[in-house]
Order: sequence, then C-alpha cells, then structure tokens
Amino acid sequence: MTLVTRSATPKRGIYRPSADLVPKVLAGSRPDIARMISRAEAGYDEASDALAALYRHAGRAHVIGVTGVPGGGKSSLISALIRAYSGDSHKVAVVAVDPSSPYSGGAILGDRIRMGDSAEAQQAFVRSMATRGYLGGLARATLQAVDVLDAAGYSPIFIETVGVGQDEVEVVTAAHTVVVLSPPGLGDDIQAIKAGVTEIADIHVVSKGDKPDAAATASALRGMMSLTPLGRPSEWETPILTLSVATGDGILDLKQCLDSHHAHLVTSGELALRQRSISRTRVLATLNHLLRREFDENTTNLAAHLQAVADRSSDPMTAALALLGLNRMEAKP
Amino acid sequence: MTVERDRMPGSENLSNTPRIRVLVAKLGLDGHDRGAKVVARILRDAGMEVIYSGLYKTPAQILEAAIQEDVDVIGVSLLSGSHVPLFAALGSLLRDQQADHILLVAGGVIPEQDYDALMNSGVDVIVPQEARSDVIVSAIRDLVDARGRI
Amino acid sequence: MTDYSPETTEKLRASLAEWEQDELAATLNIRPEEKTDYRTECGIPLKRIYTAADVADIPLEDIGFPGKFPFTRGPYPTMYRGRPWTIRQVAGFGNPESTNQRYKYMIETGQTGLSTDFDLPTLLGLDSDDPMAFGEVGRVGVSIDSIDDVDRLFDGIDLEKISVSLTINPSAWVIYAMFVASAERRGNDLTKLTGTLQADPLKEYVAQKEWIYPVRPAVRLLRDLIIYSTKTTPKINPISLSGYHLSDVGGNAIQEIAFTMAFTIAYCEEVIAAGMDIDDFAPRLSFFFISHQDFFEQICKFRAARRVYAKIMAERFSAKKAESMRLRVHVQTAAMSLTKMEHKNNLMRTAFQALGAVLGGCQSMHTNGLDEAFAIPTEEAMKLAIRTQQIIRDEINVTSVVDPLGGSYFVESLTSEMEREIWKVLDEVDRLGGAVKLVEDGWFQQKLADSAYQTFKLIDRGEKISVGVNRHVDANSAPAAVEIHPYDENCTTLQVSRLKELRENRDNSLVNDLLSDLKQQARTEQTNLLPKTIELVKARATLGEICSALREVWEAYDEPNIV
Repeated sequence: MTLVTRSATPKRGIYRPSADLVPKVLAGSRPDIARMISRAEAGYDEASDALAALYRHAGRAHVIGVTGVPGGGKSSLISALIRAYSGDSHKVAVVAVDPSSPYSGGAILGDRIRMGDSAEAQQAFVRSMATRGYLGGLARATLQAVDVLDAAGYSPIFIETVGVGQDEVEVVTAAHTVVVLSPPGLGDDIQAIKAGVTEIADIHVVSKGDKPDAAATASALRGMMSLTPLGRPSEWETPILTLSVATGDGILDLKQCLDSHHAHLVTSGELALRQRSISRTRVLATLNHLLRREFDENTTNLAAHLQAVADRSSDPMTAALALLGLNRMEAKP
Repeated sequence: MTVERDRMPGSENLSNTPRIRVLVAKLGLDGHDRGAKVVARILRDAGMEVIYSGLYKTPAQILEAAIQEDVDVIGVSLLSGSHVPLFAALGSLLRDQQADHILLVAGGVIPEQDYDALMNSGVDVIVPQEARSDVIVSAIRDLVDARGRI
Repeated sequence: MTDYSPETTEKLRASLAEWEQDELAATLNIRPEEKTDYRTECGIPLKRIYTAADVADIPLEDIGFPGKFPFTRGPYPTMYRGRPWTIRQVAGFGNPESTNQRYKYMIETGQTGLSTDFDLPTLLGLDSDDPMAFGEVGRVGVSIDSIDDVDRLFDGIDLEKISVSLTINPSAWVIYAMFVASAERRGNDLTKLTGTLQADPLKEYVAQKEWIYPVRPAVRLLRDLIIYSTKTTPKINPISLSGYHLSDVGGNAIQEIAFTMAFTIAYCEEVIAAGMDIDDFAPRLSFFFISHQDFFEQICKFRAARRVYAKIMAERFSAKKAESMRLRVHVQTAAMSLTKMEHKNNLMRTAFQALGAVLGGCQSMHTNGLDEAFAIPTEEAMKLAIRTQQIIRDEINVTSVVDPLGGSYFVESLTSEMEREIWKVLDEVDRLGGAVKLVEDGWFQQKLADSAYQTFKLIDRGEKISVGVNRHVDANSAPAAVEIHPYDENCTTLQVSRLKELRENRDNSLVNDLLSDLKQQARTEQTNLLPKTIELVKARATLGEICSALREVWEAYDEPNIV
C-alpha cells in the first residue's frame, strides 16, 4: 500500500533575509523570533550579521539553567514556573534541549512544556532544541536562541538541559542561576550526587515533595553539601527547596528564591563575573566551531592520512600535524 | 555511526542544511496515540526532529506550538472520526496567522470520502494507516523540498 | 502432568533423539525448513514437536479440572454444555434514541447481551455543550449528559432480563449512578440488574488514554464504585479489567495479561485497605481480553491467565471462595488485525480469532464487523459478525467437550511457559514499587510504546505477514469502498438544546448545594462518593457538572511524556 494522496496545490515557502527579521524580533513577533532561532540552529552564514545585531540588543534577561536527571520533573517544574511568572506579567521563555540520536541525527524533543489555554501559551515562548551532536548538555545554538529571546524582551529565560550527568555542567557557564532538580530517591541514592552535579547548583530543588521520601532526599543533599567544597566562590548560600508541582506547594518560594539570587548577583557584583565567564565560554566555543568548520571544508587527503595511520605507516600525531599544515619540527615540545 | 567519515567528530552541525522539524500532534479528545508515537519514532530514525504535542490539544494550541517551534510540518493523527471539523479549524487558523507555509499531514482512520474535505482545509498529504515508513518519510521530504527554504 | 517414571521420561528423550537423527535429519537434508527460528507472536521460541517429555514437570494440579482451582481448563465445570458464551456486540452512536434503536435490531438478530460505547465527551466527563466536545458529540459512541439520556437509551428494554455492559471509564461512577437511578425510577429491583462496567482506570493511563483526574483519585473513585456496587447491585460487575486495550496500543500477549494482573493486584489492595474482605468483592471482578492472530498463543494465554489469577487470589490475598479465584472473561477479536485492502478477508480473520476465544474458554464475545477498521460497523457487518459466532456455536461442534485442547503436549507446555513469563513481569512490578507508582512514572507506557514500535518494524519489513497487504498482494484490488455509517450532524444540536432545557427546569440551588457537598466529601479520602453522586443525578445534575466539581478538588492529570 503506497497510496499517499497529495494536494493539487503545493505550498511554497518564501525566504526572507535575516536582516529583515531583526526589527520584527525586537518588536516581539513570535513567528520571526522562531524563524531567527531556526536560522541560528541551521548555521546559515546569511544569519550571522542579524544574530550579531541581536546580541548587542540582548543582555537584560535573567537566564536560569535547570538541570537534573531525566524523569525528575524538569518540564513540569518549568511549566509551573512559567505560570507563576506569567501571573506577574513577565514574558517568560524556555529553551529545552534534548539529545539528537547519534544514529540518525534525528531527535524526539520529548517533553514539550505543557501549556494551558492559548492565551497562556502566547505569553510564554517555548522552544525545543536538539543537541545535533554537540556535547555538554546544550545545543550549539542554545545561547544564540537565548540572545534572540532576550533581545525580544523575554525574561526570565529558562534553559532546560539534557539530563545526563556530568556532561551537562556546561549550563554553569551559560546561565546566571543554576537550579539542580532531584526527585526523591531512597536515602543514599541521590541522583544529583551520583551524577556529580551537586556543586554546580545555586539552588537545589527536591521535586515531588508530596512523596514521603522527599524529606530524606533533602536531608541527604544537605549532608552531602556540607562535605563538598563550593564549586565557585560566592557569598550566596545554596538553599535546598522542597516543592510539589502536583499540589503547587513551594513554587512561589522557588520563584522568590530565583529573584533573590538574581538580586544577589547584581548587588554583589557577581553578575559581572558570571557575564565574563559566559563570554569566555561563548567566544571559545565559537572559535572552536569556526576552526572545525574551516578544517572540515578545507581539508583534503584526510582519508589518505587515516589509512596511513591504520596501516601504521604513520601515527596519529604525525597525521594530525600534517593536516594542520605543521610538521613535527615546528611543533612545540 | 562507526562508519569512518572524512569529518571531525562533533561536526554534524556544520553544514548549512536545516533539519526537517515536525510537530506530531493529537487534536481533540482522541486518545489513540499508538500511531502518533510510532510515526514520531519513524521520523526520528529518518533524521528529523520531532516534537510530540501530547494528548487533548485544541487547534489553537497546536498552531501556537507550531509557530514557536518553527516546524516545517504538522502531522496530525486522528482516529476518532472528528477529522473533518478539526482539520477545518486548524487549517483556517494556519491561514489566519499567515502560517500556511507549514505543511499539514493527516494520518489515522480517514475514509476516502473525506479526502476532498481535508484537502480543502489545507491538508497537503493524507497518509493511510497501512503506509510503509519509507513512504511516509519520502512524502514529507518531497513536500519540504518542493516548498523550499523559509 | 505425566506420571512417567524418570526412567520412562529418559527413554522417551532417547527415542526423540533417535528420531531426530534418523527421520528428521533425512528430511532436513532433502528439504530444509522455511525458517530457522519459529516463535509465538510474543517471542516464545517454538519447538518443532512437543512430547510427553515437555510436560513431565507440569504439576497435575496446575492443569486440574474445569470449575476448580486453578481453573486452567475453564471457570465452570460444564462450560458451554451448560451455557454458551454470551454474544455481546458493542454498539453506541449518536443520541440515546439512535443507539436504543440499534439495540432493538440486535436483540431481534439474536444478540443475548447489550454493550454500550460512549462518545468521547461522555467518557471524559464533559457535557455536550463544552467547547472541548466540539465535533465529538455522538461520534464514537452514544452521548449521555444526564439521567434523562439514560432513560432514553434503555427505553423499552427490560433491564432485569438482559445484561448490560457499559464501556465507560473515567466517568464510570457517574454513569453507574445514572444507570442505578434510572432503573430505580422505572421500578426495577436493583439486586436483579446484571451487567458490567469497564471502569479500569490504570489501563486508561497507559493505553486508552482517557482520564479526568490524576492517577490516585481515579483509583479511589473505582474503590468507591466497587464497594458501593457490591452492596447495592450485587449482580453487576463494577469493573472489567481490560487487557484488550493494552494489546491495542502494542502490548504482546504476556504484557496484556501481566499488566492486567498487576492492575488487579493494585485495585484489590485499595479495596481491602478500605476494609472489605477479598471474598466480598473479588467474585465481581471481570476481565476483557483480546483474541489476536497467533491462534495457539491466544488459547494458551486465556488458560495461563486463569491460572495466574487463581493463584494471585488464593496465595496473595488468601481468598477462600472459588468465585473469587475464577477468572471470567469477555473477549473481542483484534480490530488492529483488520485490513482495508480486500476487507472481506476480515471475516475469515475474525472467525479464526473467535474460534480461538471459544477454545480458550471465554464467557462472552464481541466479533468485529468487517468494516471495523474504518468506521462504526454497518448493520449488515454487525449481522455477519453475530452469524460468525452462531456458526461456531451451533454448526461446528466445538462446544461439546470442555477444554478440548487440554492435555495437548504443546498447549500445556506453552500455557506453563506463558505463566512463567507473566510471573516474571509481576515480580518486576513488585520490585519496582507496584502498579500505581509505575503508572505515574510512565513505566508501562514506555514498555507498550517500545513493543508497538517493534511490531511496526516487523510489519514494515514484511516479516509480519498481512495477506493482501504485504503478501499475496493483488495489484488489481483497491482498498475497500465501504459504506460508512453516517454521522448525524444534528446530534450535537439536540444534545445541547436538551441540556439548556434541563438546566432551566430543575432546582439549580439544590444542584449547587449537592455539588458543594460532593467537593467536601472528596477531600476526605475515606468517604464513599457514590451516595452523593446518586443524589446529584436524581437532582438532574449533568455529567459535566459533577466531573468538573471534582476537578476543582483534584485538578487535571498531566501525562508523563513518553514517546
């Protein structure tokens, strides 16, 4: 059975130059914001000036990273926070990152944040993003998407990372505030501890606080934190909040806590430090990307070098140096 | 993935070819999600990025998600028999919001007598239940190719 | 099963080896077998031949006798000799009057029990004038908004004479209340009412995906229903634990039975925790399974399910009464096996599946109409489906002997093998914290989605054969041009106008007071909500009003996103 019935009038797309999208993004037009993010993801050269312009307009948003093991309830927590912030007439945005399949390159962007009626849905902007082979828990274009949303006036902007463990610590160098979410486990089985992400948290949240073992999880976290050195020097004392999305208990506390962390960053001057560290990460990541792309587009003879290494007529270092156009003598000791 | 390629590791996203993005959606009160989930996996395995809407969505909710996610395709699977009014509502919303560059694919239990009504609502392709995965995938690729870059 | 001495069994194994070396090897040399690997649909490896050696280890008492623990051979001693299974075709569409008319036609055709399908708004506790009901009123089943609609649905049908099965789930307790109140209004003796509600909430969250509230309140409503119904309408089965839908979303035969049993355990624990004795309600638990394509696997599935259930009731819950351990099952043939291509083949498919259900010992059955793959069956299709059951019952003499396949080396061996696989899953569910928690976590949902994708890939690669679709394809045949049951566009208008009229002609302040009472009661976990619900429906509160009142207390359900 191969029958697929097609419409007689096929749809046609129109490509509008990215420069034309910029004023519309700044005016908050959702279709244009969405399109701009797609262009950043696709990595069109044509879009890079527009993205640069938007970067300069951005910088006002409070960027919050939310991380934790899969199934811990990140999406439902963020949905609850969106409602809490939207009630305050904030324009809230979310960039939710999910892994791409290493086999097909495709992805199921599973946990689309559940929004209520369409008025509610229009006030918040939710964008799902696949990692497309990028490591570290984010996608390459995640922070460009944050720029676009920031320039369009969204704040706070949540980044929901792939919950895989230590790999996702990149969110630390991307967000102003990092929330680590731990579902209640059995006493010593705290997933965040196992994953080694306890020290990156500015705020710890124990989800499903209506479950009986939530208190035990919170106290295990507290015990663990007294033993772990602080990830970064700060006056901020990392709180541990227990909340329940199901009953709504603790959501407003968390919102308050996020706001006071932001206030703390501003008054203590830590915000500038974090901004600088974010810039560092981004410039180096972009550099890395450009180098890779340059290499990918302009390298010839890769196959021959690889074969030579396989045959042991060459070795990995010699081949790599040759590909870089260097020889062993020129390499630093 | 173990195949040796002349590329550096991690360079998958270097080329300027956007991935096809699809919103697999359920509309109305129809809870049959087996087919929608199978299709989501088929499209993922064909290299597309798939967003699954979850159940019980209104046409307005699906439209808003499709806009924010900037999808190329909305695939709606319906087995409740309510496809005619629901696609009519979704199609007119897409036109009202100037979002009719988004391709609309219908699947599920759709009797042939309703094909014309769906096409008139803006559906681009109707996929019968028995369709093989390669047919579904190439139908979507062809549609996106024919539509061109946006 | 055999009382062979170890020596005899050894001798048998030796002669089997001999046969393999001689006759078998010679044949394989000349003609290799078509496949290297033979399995049942759910993946159990199949041997070429089964002998007494394969059943030597099966305890005789596991097989036993019909009507006796562990009921492997059937729930009743005389089975179809005493009473044939009930022919129970489900129907429901449009207004209550349209369905009522179809019922009367089916009773004339020889149907022996009624079964009602409801439309989606009714199932989900929405009134016909709710915006979410747009386009759905009376579409896939009958629309019920108030007790008046239940009166219309069963008008002219004697509810003390014919049993009524109601395929209703999240809103089951309200529909039950309307049913009881309507019967009372007509002067029926409630203790004489017979029938079954589906009301199996856990399988809804994992399979059919109809819900109103989060998981735990839904289980509590079922608990209230079971307790109230057992006392008030002792011949009504308040629940039909439904494996059918687990299969419908991709579950294999083992998953169908094992997950259903896991849900059974959860419900029993809930009702027992409310103070009821297992023997007071277990006799009214009923089951609903699919009869699918793998003929012997399905027959053995029914036998294994009865055995597992009996053991759960006896061993886990210390039931004393035989009725508490006897699994009674309604069977429906597999709608997803039907094809649109050469759709008349569906008659043959359904007939074989129906025969499997009879050989497996079912108590009632729905055979699918040949157009069921595309639409609500037409009257003609329904009649052929009923005739299929009548031919099996009355023409081919398969009902004279109870469990005619019992004792077959293959059937007994496969039954025991399936039983072992079912226990493995049940042990895992226990280990991971029980069915309710695993439903909340999405554990069952993930298993079923994985299984569905696996099945799809088998079909896609042509490894699972569908005649006329991917094997023996006739290039000249087109998909069926079948007569589609017409949808009555006026149905919504009529239901909506009736609602309007009803709200104008009742004591609205009484309704509001009762709704506040109900909300108050819902906040106390121990209170049974049925008495108040019955008061409400008598005061002509609508289904939507009752359900949304409780949504204020319990909120809506947020599904874990499993793809």
